[in-house]
Amino acid sequence: MHPAFSVIFLSTLIGVGQGLFLALYTGQIYAMMHLLPTQESHSFYAVGSVLAFFFLAAGLFASIFHLGRPMRGWRAMSQWRTSWLSREVIILPVTLCLVGAYAACHYFSWTTPFFTLAETYPIDPSLVVGAVATISTFALFLCTGMVYAGLKFLQAWYTPLTILNYVLLGGASGFTLAAAFSAYLGTEIVSFYALWAILLTSIAFMIRLSSLIRNSQLKSPSTLQTAIGVRHSIIAQKTQGAMCGSFNTREFFHHQSDERLKTVKTLFLFLVFPTPISLIILALSGIFSVNLLISAFIIQYFGLIFERWYFFTEASHPQNLYYQTVG
Amino acid sequence: MKQLALLIDLNVCVGCSACVTSCKEWNTSGWAGPMSDFNPYDANPTGTFFNRVQTFEVGTFPNTETIHFPKSCLHCEDPPCVPVCPTGASYKREADGIVLVDYDKCIGCKYCSWACPYGAREFDQYQKVMKKCTLCVDRIYDQTLPETERKPACVLACPTSARLFGDVHDPDSDVSQLIRERGGYQLMPEWGTHPSNHYLPRHKVHFTIHEDELQRSDNPLKKEGVLPDLPKDQQTSEDIFTSW
Ligand code: SF4
Ligand code: SF4
Repeated sequence: MHPAFSVIFLSTLIGVGQGLFLALYTGQIYAMMHLLPTQESHSFYAVGSVLAFFFLAAGLFASIFHLGRPMRGWRAMSQWRTSWLSREVIILPVTLCLVGAYAACHYFSWTTPFFTLAETYPIDPSLVVGAVATISTFALFLCTGMVYAGLKFLQAWYTPLTILNYVLLGGASGFTLAAAFSAYLGTEIVSFYALWAILLTSIAFMIRLSSLIRNSQLKSPSTLQTAIGVRHSIIAQKTQGAMCGSFNTREFFHHQSDERLKTVKTLFLFLVFPTPISLIILALSGIFSVNLLISAFIIQYFGLIFERWYFFTEASHPQNLYYQTVG
Repeated sequence: MKQLALLIDLNVCVGCSACVTSCKEWNTSGWAGPMSDFNPYDANPTGTFFNRVQTFEVGTFPNTETIHFPKSCLHCEDPPCVPVCPTGASYKREADGIVLVDYDKCIGCKYCSWACPYGAREFDQYQKVMKKCTLCVDRIYDQTLPETERKPACVLACPTSARLFGDVHDPDSDVSQLIRERGGYQLMPEWGTHPSNHYLPRHKVHFTIHEDELQRSDNPLKKEGVLPDLPKDQQTSEDIFTSW
């Protein structure tokens, strides 16, 4: 498939936003359970979730460029019964609002507990809103993943690994950002986020490697024989009905050389996984901690753009069988 | 329930692309606005088409066979392109099984084209909406046209009658009979889309020539092997007489 930059930015940006929100909320839960020191509502949770909000909003903005007719975009909410894309279009603004509400809870300090669970865990509005937002965040991961994993013919995407990959890479980049953010504010919970970031990045590495291995062994049930219905082992295309390309040659082919694909693959495998992990470890050891963590996030995000670009080129569409030779 | 479809006879398609041009002509001048072209008279022309004819060569020279292969939307019975559409712009008509796009609802997200294994949908770069073969829905029900012309433009244009149009759910229709009798098949059956359009496979055409046909016994000339007529002034009266 042809990599579409609007979609690459959409999925990587919302991934960061979702991951960052989950990181903040995880921190809050740990603090509520008295496993971590409590952070300042205003400066930490409110600012952090506003940051997550902006990443989600930026993703939503990027998605507009994917549409031929963005002014009619609202119509895309109508077919949630059958279309994962429609579900994604609904759940993305919902998540955005919930993350906004979570930020508001903290900003306006709506943190007086309703009641105290088991006499130790105070349950306040921010916790409840956060719980709903967490569900929404995971639903968004599921929808985004299923937009790709639901297309049977695109075998490279038609696997649960696709959804896992979206969840883990979103989570990894979000937690890396949370580590950088908490280090920037000088809080004492940097190592908590840093360890989570390392863990998620490592698991994501394994999942991505398995999907790469899986995809390298795929064999399509479609051949030129089934495509035109002629049972002969030697079939050569002589014309494709257009000399200078068509929608079919523009949308479904990546037109990239094998070397470039290999370079991008090596690049993203390097930038998304080992580089940020090493930088985070280095930061944990104490030197230039803030700058290192911020660069870990930036490098990982750049890597994710390459990763998503490669994700598109991995998928080979059966219609390409009809467009092997120009003439 | 009715399922209108095309039946394409690969035996007689000569790859002339008359269906391609008539499709473009009918649909570009239709109610839905033009099917836009870019650089039509310049280098690298490209544009929107619902139907194209491709050519494949089967076998190795000299034992080859040329197959001209028209391809348009197959109006699948189980169209994967329809449920994925987030707006409901893509739909399959209950009444006759035609798969259509509502150009007023389409947001141009192209997701349906990803979900069609045949590459049958085309995005109009100018109108920014998805388009595809409509089976000339604006023609086949037009009461102002004579009955014989209520057929898709491509079917009417085909000079060899390689394109047949009818209801594949009616076992007695011409198309259903031909599909049954001549092994009509569907493209990429492995994806379970159940295309409504079918293709008739090529078969060897047997044709016997008798000795007397080689001798041209019914030749109007009395003798086989006569040379072309001599110039008028060199002809004898016998030449003139035998040429009658
Ligand atoms: S051929 Fe493609 S566009 Fe046409 S109905 Fe089937 S899946 Fe949909
Ligand atoms: S491009 Fe149009 S018809 Fe296709 S899925 Fe998007 S909204 Fe539906």
